Amino acid sequence: MVRRPSPRAYVAQWVFLAGVIGVGGLLIVNLGANLARRNMHFGFGFLANKAGFDIPFHLLEWTTFDIYAKALLVSLLNTLLVSALSIVAATLFGLLVGIMRLSVNWLVRNLALAFIEFVRNTPQLVQIIFWYFAVLQTLPPPRQSIALPGGFLLNIRGLYVPHVVMQAGAALLPWLAGLLLVATPFASRLKIRERRLGALALILPVLALLLLNLGIERVEVPALKGFNIAGGVQVPPELVALWAGLTIYATAFIAEIVRSSIEAVPKGQHEAARSLGLRPARVLFLIVLPQALRIMVPQLTSQYLNLIKSSTLGTAIAYPEIFQIFAGTVMNQSGKEVEIIIIVMAVFLTINLLFSAFMNWYNRRVALVER
Amino acid sequence: MNRYVARFVAGAALAAATIGFASPGWAADVKSETLDAIKKRDQLICGVDTGIPGFAFQDSAGKWQGLDIAYCRAIAAAVLGDPEKVKYVGTTAKVRFSVLQSGEIDVLIRDSTHTLTRNTDLSLATGAINFFTGQAFMVKKSLNVAHVKELDGATICLITGTTLELNIADYGRANNIKINTLLFDKPEEAFAAAEAGRCDGYTDDGGSVAAARSAMKTPADWVILPELISREFLGSYCRQGDERWSILVKWVHYAMLEAEVLGITQANIDQIKASATNPEVRGFLGLENDYGKFLGADNDWAYRIIKAVGNYGENYDKYFGPLELPRGWNNLYTKGGLQYPLAWR
Repeated sequence: MVRRPSPRAYVAQWVFLAGVIGVGGLLIVNLGANLARRNMHFGFGFLANKAGFDIPFHLLEWTTFDIYAKALLVSLLNTLLVSALSIVAATLFGLLVGIMRLSVNWLVRNLALAFIEFVRNTPQLVQIIFWYFAVLQTLPPPRQSIALPGGFLLNIRGLYVPHVVMQAGAALLPWLAGLLLVATPFASRLKIRERRLGALALILPVLALLLLNLGIERVEVPALKGFNIAGGVQVPPELVALWAGLTIYATAFIAEIVRSSIEAVPKGQHEAARSLGLRPARVLFLIVLPQALRIMVPQLTSQYLNLIKSSTLGTAIAYPEIFQIFAGTVMNQSGKEVEIIIIVMAVFLTINLLFSAFMNWYNRRVALVER
Repeated sequence: MNRYVARFVAGAALAAATIGFASPGWAADVKSETLDAIKKRDQLICGVDTGIPGFAFQDSAGKWQGLDIAYCRAIAAAVLGDPEKVKYVGTTAKVRFSVLQSGEIDVLIRDSTHTLTRNTDLSLATGAINFFTGQAFMVKKSLNVAHVKELDGATICLITGTTLELNIADYGRANNIKINTLLFDKPEEAFAAAEAGRCDGYTDDGGSVAAARSAMKTPADWVILPELISREFLGSYCRQGDERWSILVKWVHYAMLEAEVLGITQANIDQIKASATNPEVRGFLGLENDYGKFLGADNDWAYRIIKAVGNYGENYDKYFGPLELPRGWNNLYTKGGLQYPLAWR
């Protein structure tokens, strides 16, 4: 039996599994013993305790009376916000730089190369801190804000955007308008009596605009009041700096993925398209990129996952993301290190597993169907 | 079978305790896990700040300096006979208590406020208070702010993982104003952000705010507001469950104060020791009584502390004098301050 490969493999696997469980169990028992020795109790009840501190930047309403669990939610949303913004921007810039790398123009090609080499070979934390202080150093103090057209104000405290105040009963209107906007591209593909709706679908965004207009009570324009700008929505420089830091770093890697994927598309495809008389831009966008996309997706997934994890570097520049607020302030105020680290790891694991599940689904969709 | 084991262990513990009580308090009988470990490795591992002028910072030669550092050196001098036998572990506000609880350091002397939760929920033993202060604010002079109450709407930079965040929120609530905060991990970034004008000011314990001002490009451009919005009484922390060790750490502080009360300094200690007739001085220097041995050191311990680092006042003047921070609460009780040594009896 020992000589036959399959039972032997089984035994080895079972032994290994038992080993893993044993070590895991030992760690848990050890943790319990150590906590007990220090009179500390394991539990998640602390999440219902009052936080009592302020979170500088929040998408949801936040007061010092809220509980730790809400601090988790608020800081998680900040993490998701900066991750989403960075993923979108890094994808666009990465595509651009990747294509530049393959340009026939010497200057364009080598500019892209220099950018990639510079960004890939310096630490990301250093870059983020650099962007933060670069942003801070260049912007004026609140009293000398730069007034931008449309009521926007820019100063060292951030970009202040006019805030639209809706009428009391009209809170749902912006959501409805957003829904209409999202529905527009789908609507344009709808067929009524064998005819595509096409440009007629543009009625939807117009309708959305009208709806919004009906609901607006007033527009709050930011203005200087006391120390700071009051009114409007503030986009803090921490968000901008972290966004820039994450985007630029990921752009360099994505650009290389784009370049290698384009080069991996068989040359014959390119030549065939050219011989059909397609112009270079059309060859790229109609023939080469769609095929390169299939090669890119798995590699992009891992870049995106990296980016989401790197958002925790925001803690260095005072961006209130989950690691700073929850694994920082909350951990210190509550003293529940083990529980909090478990929660933060579980949150990142969940985000990343969901995201990679989505990317795998997308990958299957764009993959070449082989028969 | 387990019952027998338990009985045996209990019996052994009882026996050990009886012996412990029965024998006089000689050095060898002071039972302290931490003290034994320090003596065995011949080095004290001291948790300190990552870098803040006044309390703990590295000078141009890379050597640690500061009030908290003086305590690490004093403990090493008392226990190991050599103030250089210290390994310094720089800890951020965020991780300091975990580092202590996990046993990576022997003692935490890191301008940490003594609080109820840290004493109970975090199971930490509080030592003596070596720095009395409160939460202070530093703002740019050009803002023309004279009081903390006028900071409504202002943005203040601070370090995360401290008591400060809660104080500032509570103060705002009590006074019906809103002070915005910006939380940093380390002082360096917070200082730089304040300097750049990202926030209107910086807040920390009184001593650290003075340190922050000294770190600004033009300290004269910054003004420290007169109000302290909280009590921040800073001192050392040890792990609970090793009381003899935390007692020793506490008495190192009292030794530095007692020396100041008795007028003993680093410079004159040898001269005083040679000609001491005053029984208090003789007791302090170990010429009479066994105070050092009761603590688990030897009778020369206090002499070595003062010889190595000097008395409390000397250290305060050395590290906070340059920051232009008056002694105030940290003066001796005889001079209108709050610092007092317990009786050497």
